[in-house]
Parts: sequence; structure tokens; C-alpha cells
Amino acid sequence: MDTPTLAVFKLASCDGCQLTVLDCEDELLTLAGRMRIAHFLEASSAVQPGPYDVALVEGSITTPADAERIRRIRAESRVLVAIGACATAGGIQALRNFGDVAEFASVVYARPDYIETLATSTAVADHVRVDFELRGCPIDRRQLLEVLTAFLAGRKPDLPDTSVCTECKRRGLTCVMVAEGTPCLGPVTHAGCGALCPAYRRGCFGCFGPMAKPNVAALLPRLRAAGMSDDDIDRVFHTFNAAAPGWSS
Amino acid sequence: MSHRARQLRVSSLARVEGEGALHVVVRDGEVERADLQIYEPPRFFEALLRGRAYTEPPDITARICGICPVAYQTSAIAAIENACGVVVGGPIADLRRLLYCGEWISSHALHIYLLHAPDFLGYPDAVALATDHRDIVERGLALKKAGNAILELVGGRAIHPINVRVGGFYAAPSQAQLDKLAAQLRPALDAAVATVRWVAGFDFPDLELDHELLAVHDPARYAIERGTTLRRSAGPAFAVDAFSNHVVEEHVAHSTALRARLDGGRYLTGPLARYTLNRQHLSPLALELAAGAGLGIECRNPFRSIVVRAVETVYAVEEALRLIESYQQPEPSSVGVQARDGVGHGVSEAPRGLLYHRYEIGADGLIRSATIVPPTSQNQAAIEDDLRRVVAANLDLGDGPLTGLCERTVRNYDPCISCSTHFLDLTMERL
Repeated sequence: MDTPTLAVFKLASCDGCQLTVLDCEDELLTLAGRMRIAHFLEASSAVQPGPYDVALVEGSITTPADAERIRRIRAESRVLVAIGACATAGGIQALRNFGDVAEFASVVYARPDYIETLATSTAVADHVRVDFELRGCPIDRRQLLEVLTAFLAGRKPDLPDTSVCTECKRRGLTCVMVAEGTPCLGPVTHAGCGALCPAYRRGCFGCFGPMAKPNVAALLPRLRAAGMSDDDIDRVFHTFNAAAPGWSS
Repeated sequence: MSHRARQLRVSSLARVEGEGALHVVVRDGEVERADLQIYEPPRFFEALLRGRAYTEPPDITARICGICPVAYQTSAIAAIENACGVVVGGPIADLRRLLYCGEWISSHALHIYLLHAPDFLGYPDAVALATDHRDIVERGLALKKAGNAILELVGGRAIHPINVRVGGFYAAPSQAQLDKLAAQLRPALDAAVATVRWVAGFDFPDLELDHELLAVHDPARYAIERGTTLRRSAGPAFAVDAFSNHVVEEHVAHSTALRARLDGGRYLTGPLARYTLNRQHLSPLALELAAGAGLGIECRNPFRSIVVRAVETVYAVEEALRLIESYQQPEPSSVGVQARDGVGHGVSEAPRGLLYHRYEIGADGLIRSATIVPPTSQNQAAIEDDLRRVVAANLDLGDGPLTGLCERTVRNYDPCISCSTHFLDLTMERL
């Protein structure tokens, strides 16, 4: 069998999720031996045409050109993995979905008429079929390696869609909300980070987006009891995964 | 139309952060235009920051750039603390510098080994370089990993750290944790020293730039995470809060980025500016290595920026070790910062150059307005000027080699295109 090919694409995003590939310092050269990196503009000027076996797509769709581009990427990719909050939920830039994009443009640019942009920032899955969504702002390096390893082994990635709480308990951390009254989105946030914030005595702020079937209504009274105003609550849910189904209401 | 028409197009500039485009027009042997075109899909950070709590910009603006999130967090915090009338010093300030050293080491190692060195050695990427020189690439990856180890311990994670807050940190590392980190940094210092000697042997195209230089200056140390003034090569230094009196951003038609000018002229920030303006604050080892690598009292050849980055990497590793050596765990790990009605300015030296933030905060603690001036929009005019000179000096080259040289000219600046806004498409027309 030929060495499978890997392609990495960037839409509207910060580069952090594709940088996670290069942050696999111990595994990068081994990975490059197992998969041929055929298209990865940030890392290589050798660009090979598709089709590709696996495409990692970072970023959200915010321009008419990118809405076209994601269809071309889908057509030439056997497996398409959306990586990160922008690609899976529209990212922080999806805050425009709740505002007026023309007004936003007028605040940032002297000549908003030079700017071509869509009124919304949307996830890759809103445009094309996606084979797997890897969560996080940014994604977690170990989770990315699990996705690629699973692909190479021909199996499904073993990544739970439960809450951050499950990881927090497994780490043996003391609950920041129960013990210290620190507001925490861990009970409704998708696992994957390894309960990073609670390990630093910070409440989870939801950068991995909603878990499967989040019970947000049950969490709200706890957040209020911990001192959050309704405006604070509104803001924390409207950050990196604002447009994700499950939280968007 | 001229009869001497020649057109060259290359799409997708590689090994830079983000995507953009370049358009060069040569008419009758003269370079008529050299535009760096940035059409990153706009993400409107400055607009969406309005109405957010004054505690949120460190987390939100980190998402402008995955390669230099600490720079965004640091400049944001500096501006917010400035607006609230709080000065954070002591061990918390030291910990901030340690965190920022981690980003310098990681970002510089990334650029030197994975993005820039392949240009000098004739490889398309570091993976290809590793097929012939695996030990060298592994050294670079180990160095990068050491930087990330600092970011992961002090910041919580390497990309978009979670432990950083207005006023300090959510939790401070213990001495024992830092001692373990120091054990990983000591071999990294050897790797950083070897890196300077390695890149010093590269073959550098001739180019002397005359851009004005601008860098954050600290009278006590090589400015990284903070400084007292902004020092420039032509003219007196000015205060951080006078930034907008001197630097004006203009919106150019071919770009979703804004292009900045310093008192109306093009200027440069980043490694060459820092080295030239703040060199006296480098460590003895860094200075000795710089001299051995052929850097003088100033460096004005952008192709040699890789040497300056290597020297700065040595300094950052040494500085990290020094900060760990003298570490006093801050207790508490952050100071209270109360919101008040006001305006604040903050600067720091991102790996690729000066990063300025300004916030106007209301008494309710909500942000009224935000201005962010990233390094790449400040450097854009200088990059375009370099391109113009490189093309003019090498018109005898064929389209392929000349295009390659243009791409290298852009890469010298380690441009962060997501910061300035995305699609580098090189188009060259010879008319």
C-alpha cells in the first residue's frame, strides 16, 4: 500500500491548530515517515496536488471564496477532519453572527468597502460533509495524534464526548466550584484538554465547546451562586464557541 | 501598454504564518510596484472586544495569533493594567518575562529550523532537510520543545495559555517544578549556542536596508515583555502612550490588513531593530556569539535576521535559566486590578516585532474601544521596499530564481499574516 497523504488547510483562523502539528516535536519526523505531508503551506513549499487521504482543516468559513474553497478541499479529500473551534463552531469570529458585520467592518477598517466578507462565520460541517470534528481552541496535541494514529490503524478515534468534569475527577483535582466557589463551565464543556484550567485553580471557560447533551440549565444557578451576573454568563458562553449548537441558545 | 511585457505568477507563499499575496510589476526594467497583499479573512477583533469585560482581552486577543499568543496576552494586560492605574512588579513580573522567553525560544526555533533554514540549504521543508541532516532538525525540535515546556508549565499550554490573567497568574509554579524545567533548559542552551554557529555559516544575499528602526526599550535589560519607552534609530525615543501620535495606520486597497507608518515613513520592528537598538543589553555569551557570527554593532541585512533570532534564542534561554535561579514564588499569584474609567496603552516585543494594544475602559469594567497594531502591519512597508530593491538588483535572474528570492525576502521577516489579518499569492508582472 502506498504511504497515505496528509494535507493541512487554513481558513479564517489564528494558525494555532495547524501549529499543533508542528508542536508534536517528538513525533513529527516519525509522522512524516508514516504519512506523506503533501500539502501544508505553513511548513513546506513543496505542494502536491490532491487527492489526499486525510485533510486537516483549520478555520471557519467567512468569505464567499472560502465557501467555494472548502467544497474543492472536500472533493479532493478522502477523510476530512475539522480541527479546532473555528472549524467546528465558527470560532471567536462567529460573534459577528450576533451583530452587524457591516458595523464591525466600519469599526476596524477605514475603507470597509475594500472588505469582502460574509455576514456569518460558520463551521466546516455547515458547508460540506465532515468525517471527524476535533474540538478545542486550540486542539490538544495528544488528541490530534490519536486521530492520525486511528486513521493509520483504520479505526475510529477513541476520544470521549463527555464533560471536562470526567477528566478533572480522573486527575484527582479538587473541584474549583465546590471547594472554592470559582465559576466553572467544566460540567457542560467537551472533554479533551485534560482539565487544564482546574489544574491551575481556574474555572473552565469552555474553549472545547459543548459536550454531547450539555445540561446548561442545571449549571446556571451554580454559576449565579458563584457570583456571575447574567451578563457575565452571557459573555462566557459567547466566546470561542458562541455559535456551537448546544450553547448558542 | 509597454511592449516589454513579462509576467510572472507564483501562488501560495509557503513557510509563513497565514496566507497572503505579492504583486510585483516591472516595466521597462524598472520596478513599478511591489505590493505585499494580505487578504486574510477579517475577524474583526477590535469590534468584537467592545462590550467585553476588561478581564477578557488576554484570552480573546491570544486568538489573533496561534504562534505568538503570549505577546497578545502580555500587551493586552499591560494596556489594561495601565488603564486601571496598576503597576505589577516583583516576582509576578519576573514570571511574565519567563513565560515570554518560552514564546521567544519556541517561535524563534520554529522559524529558524522549520521555516527559514530550508531556504538557505535548498530544501522545501524541514522534513526533507531531516532526510540528510536528521540530527540538526532534531536539535531544532528539541530547542522548540524546551520553549514549549516553559509555556506549558507557566502558561498551562503552549498555544493560547490559560494561566495568564490581568494582575498576574491564576497559579504560580512551585520551585520544584521550575527546577525540573531548568534541567530541560540546560541542554537547550547548548542547542541554542550550536544554532548560532550553524546559521552563521549560511550564505547570505547582499542587502542593506535603510528603514527606520523601532523597538521597545528598557534601560535595565533587553526589552521583551515590557519597556519604558519606544526607541527609534532616527529621532528621540517616545513614550508608550504617545504611540498613536507617531504611528498611523492606513488602509490600502489590496489588503485586509492595515499598514502602519512612523511619522509618515516606513519603518521596521523585530529582531534587526531590537539588536541594533538594544544590543548593549544582551548577555556576554550572546554578544560573544553574535560577534563570532559576524554581526557588528548593528545588523541591517534582513537575510541575516536568522542569525539575530539565533542570538536572541541564546539570550532567551539564558534569561529563562536566570529567572528560574532567582525565582521567588509570588504569593498571591496575582494582584487585584479594579476597573476604572480610563485609557491604557501596552507594548511588548513579539518574536516578530513590536505589538501595541490600547483599550478604553468604562467605569462599569466594559471595554469601550480597542486598537491593536501587530508587528506585520508595521513591517509591511519595509518588506515591500526590500522586495523592490531585491527585484531591482536581480533583474538578470530568470523568473524562477527571482521569484524564489522574493519569497525568501518576505520570509526574512517571519511575517505573521493571521495577525495582520491570509492568502499569500505571489504575482509578478514584467511589462
